[in-house]
Amino acid sequence: MTWEVVIGLETHVQLTTASKIFSGASTAFGAAPNTQATMVDLALPGSLPVMNKGAAERAVKFGLAIGAKVNQRSIFARKNYFYPDLPKGYQISQFETPIVEGGSLTITLDDGTEKIVELTRAHLEEDAGKSVHEQFDHETGVDLNRAGTPLLEIVTEPVMRSSKEAVAYAKALHGLVRYLDICDGNMQEGSFRCDANVSVRPVGQKEFGTRREIKNLNSFKFMQQAIDFEVRWQIEQIEDGKKIVQATVLFNPETGETKAMRSKEDAMDYRYFPDPDLPPLVITDEMFARIKASMPELPEAKCARFMSQYGLPKYDARLLTQDGATSAYFETATQAGADAKLAANWTIGEVNATLNRDEKTIEQSPVAASQLADLIKRISDGTISNKIAKTVFETLWSGDGASVDAVIEAKGLKQISDVGAIEKIVDEVLAKSPAQIADYKSGKEKALMSIVGMVMKASAGKANPAQVNEIVKRKIS
Amino acid sequence: MSWNTFATVAETKKALDAKQVSATELATHYLDRAHALQPALNAYITLDREKTLAEAKIADNKLAKGDAAPLLGVPIAHKDIYLIDGWKTTCGSKMLENFIAPYTSTVVKNMADAGMVTLGKLNMDEFAMGSSNETSHFGSVKNPWDLTRVPGGSSGGSAASVAAGLAPASTGTDTGGSIRQPAMFCNLTGLKPTYGVCSRYGIIAFASSLDQAGPFARTAEDCALLLTAMAGFDPNDSTSLDRPKENYSRDLAKPLGGLRIGLPKEFFGEGVAPGIAKAVDEALAVYRKLGATTVEVSLPNVKYSVPAYYVVAPAEASSNLSRFDGVRYGHRAAEYTDLMDMYKRSRAEGFGAEVKRRILIGTYVLSHGYYDAYYLQAQKLRRLIAHDFKKAYEVCDVVMGPTAPEGAFQFGSKSDDPVKMYLNDIFTICANLTGQPAMSHPCGIDKDTGQFVGMHVIGNYLDEARMLNVAHQYQLATDWHTRHPVL
Amino acid sequence: MSLTATDIERIAHLARIRVTPDEVVQVQAKLDGIFKLIDEMQAVNTQGVQPMSHGLDMVLRLRDDVATAANERDKFQKNAPQSAEGYFLVPKVIE
Repeated sequence: MTWEVVIGLETHVQLTTASKIFSGASTAFGAAPNTQATMVDLALPGSLPVMNKGAAERAVKFGLAIGAKVNQRSIFARKNYFYPDLPKGYQISQFETPIVEGGSLTITLDDGTEKIVELTRAHLEEDAGKSVHEQFDHETGVDLNRAGTPLLEIVTEPVMRSSKEAVAYAKALHGLVRYLDICDGNMQEGSFRCDANVSVRPVGQKEFGTRREIKNLNSFKFMQQAIDFEVRWQIEQIEDGKKIVQATVLFNPETGETKAMRSKEDAMDYRYFPDPDLPPLVITDEMFARIKASMPELPEAKCARFMSQYGLPKYDARLLTQDGATSAYFETATQAGADAKLAANWTIGEVNATLNRDEKTIEQSPVAASQLADLIKRISDGTISNKIAKTVFETLWSGDGASVDAVIEAKGLKQISDVGAIEKIVDEVLAKSPAQIADYKSGKEKALMSIVGMVMKASAGKANPAQVNEIVKRKIS
Repeated sequence: MSWNTFATVAETKKALDAKQVSATELATHYLDRAHALQPALNAYITLDREKTLAEAKIADNKLAKGDAAPLLGVPIAHKDIYLIDGWKTTCGSKMLENFIAPYTSTVVKNMADAGMVTLGKLNMDEFAMGSSNETSHFGSVKNPWDLTRVPGGSSGGSAASVAAGLAPASTGTDTGGSIRQPAMFCNLTGLKPTYGVCSRYGIIAFASSLDQAGPFARTAEDCALLLTAMAGFDPNDSTSLDRPKENYSRDLAKPLGGLRIGLPKEFFGEGVAPGIAKAVDEALAVYRKLGATTVEVSLPNVKYSVPAYYVVAPAEASSNLSRFDGVRYGHRAAEYTDLMDMYKRSRAEGFGAEVKRRILIGTYVLSHGYYDAYYLQAQKLRRLIAHDFKKAYEVCDVVMGPTAPEGAFQFGSKSDDPVKMYLNDIFTICANLTGQPAMSHPCGIDKDTGQFVGMHVIGNYLDEARMLNVAHQYQLATDWHTRHPVL
Repeated sequence: MSLTATDIERIAHLARIRVTPDEVVQVQAKLDGIFKLIDEMQAVNTQGVQPMSHGLDMVLRLRDDVATAANERDKFQKNAPQSAEGYFLVPKVIE
């Protein structure tokens, strides 16, 4: 039997507000325990929530960015359950009427194909505090600094069909919320956390299988591993004749396995009801228009513009516009005079690969966009070859060298375009390569490439490859 | 110094301004009396002489400098549901037996800004759940007029303290009648303002959409002075009404000619004690003499007030009281096996029977499968009841009737039957469900029982000034409100 | 509508209140009476009626996003039944 995987994602995105969603406490990460928890965050008797305008604005911004319906009147509800890091005994969330409904996100898969991921909703809610289990021998410690941090919970329809799609969606969403500057995207600090609902069904079956929810995936790598493991496990279970039981599972990065959490004694009954402390959240027409006017150019629009303005293929344009920092990097380089296609190739290729290798974001790139522009200009004007450019790039990346020209100068990497000089090297190489010449003359085209390669090597890569090609051809024909 | 312990707020302020008495002398007088009568009445939970006298001293200094704070030096006692920084705040519960408030509620702060001196914290039904003050962890408050009878609830200490002359005035809160019913039982004037007029910040929540703070005093004139000090927009309460400050005394002197009083037939039917009905009729005759006209109105859905209330209030309470989990403050059981056991024992020990009952009701009506039938239905009934009143106000300015269907009752006579207890609030609850202002003023005695009768005056939204004017004019023409118990 | 002992146990668990078997019986009897009262409202046809949650139809006020709160941990933790190193302590939670 062949199986189809069905995945829906719920992502908790911490919003970049200075203060909490219902109190004036700071949201800064890493403070000493309970030093950023007001009477509201501690749920002291008599304390009351007061809504943060910045959180509402960010939610609207997100709704506009994904083409969703923004409910200008939404309702806060209480989700009731007991847990030590939930100080009120309920979480203020949105239930029946969330601020954002619908919308979609276009993702690009590795093979360049695109897929539209439909979203169900996005709602505002408050984060819980943190429990520390290791610090004390017999107790759990409760730190409420995080309690009340504004979250936007973004829920997709169950439309993803592989872990790769799920990761592509999560990355696109991650890029978008950073692009919109509504979330810092810091996954280590928990600013962007995903839960994946995973089920499998025989290909062709209409009904969904029973799903299990993998909680708290805080890296894309773990997401892929966890979903892959979970899918294999579910298929094995079913093929062994066992039934999947709905459950919440955790991923253990050390074993690479998912495991169901201790089954809850009681089925969760959250007793949602509208929070009587908070009248309906109304986004006035004026506020709505103001947010709309302040929206940055969205990835979709920017992608189209990159194609028309810079003549880029869609694939390049899409990759460049997935997050704001990358497109800004590209445009800075282009505006500094770099050829657009080359700038695109370099941004998507060398820059991106080196960033990944060193686990850096593009904002942290040691090679600034203006330096990349200088580099590309030297390729365009024939000073260096593309290959030599990579050496220059690496040198700049590691911090050795003040500028592109300085590196070229210091290392003597300038391309040799002088015909006489190249002819001299060619002659030397040809003198040592009678066999290859014979091969070429007997019709083996490959031999030419081999001779050109030797010339390039002899010139330490500095000879102009086009000229070398032409001269070799002329001399042995 | 000889001081009339039953002086009104207005009289007290005059005496202070005339330097006939000092704030310290007043504070000392009421503290002494409160201590002396504490064994008999149990009106207070906390008295703190040092703190009170320190406040009085500051007031005296300001008085000497001619500070114009409107109620400077006048003592006030607060229901123990209001947080006051540094004061023990128990809400009548074992759960908060040792809780020291780390901040001050807006209402108390407003009154302090008006110059009032805090006398202490008043006894109350646990978490304001009760109509007789029998649910307090600290023992019931006795009715100063008859120590075998209840003072009403939940603001029983607030009513008893003023009636007994232990304070010139007090604050209460009213979620279903908790100011008005004790005001009637103790022959006082008490007002529940429009929802949102007084900030709820720093008042321990019972039912968030129903709770309102309000004053107890001897007269409507005093209530106007107190409300002017208490009320006002508060950015810390998202349900506080953002509107300019009002002077609630402004219309007191207006004559009542042309006033149209609506009399809902539903408030005068069966269930009302005959002696109460008679006293109310006589009071209405006074109103007519003062120039008012009466007109019959109908509030057909008001009979569903009690059922709707016993869904909404417990539902909100069950959620509001979840924070009392023994983690950050409040009672924690001495022994437990694990977290779950700690929760369950702490809450079972910390809450009394009535509070637990209401938490269970609320949990049930919100639980899966019952939300629509209970909570949503109740919220719809609120709309229907509000609509009934809206229609009534097309033909009248205020609505009147008895505050409660029977007067102060004997201890224990209803405590075994919650439904009987709940029905005592049958006339007061509707104003909480709709959010309208409502007050009770003394209007006679039920000749069959000898107990006081309160006239319930319900007004349209934000019509407090007119209601206070109405009650004040009545009090100018009558003397029920001037009677004091002998203690 | 009458509640079973199982109902009482379930809601008591949801509400995290310990109830002994004796208490279940007592609570059950009282709650039966209260629900009889509450169920009177089921007689009303409320189809099409907008639920009302506050007297005056209010709209949420929005606060400017400014972090204004000072650290008051020491003051707030004075009321804590158990705390250490700035944390509130509870019996160990095993996950």
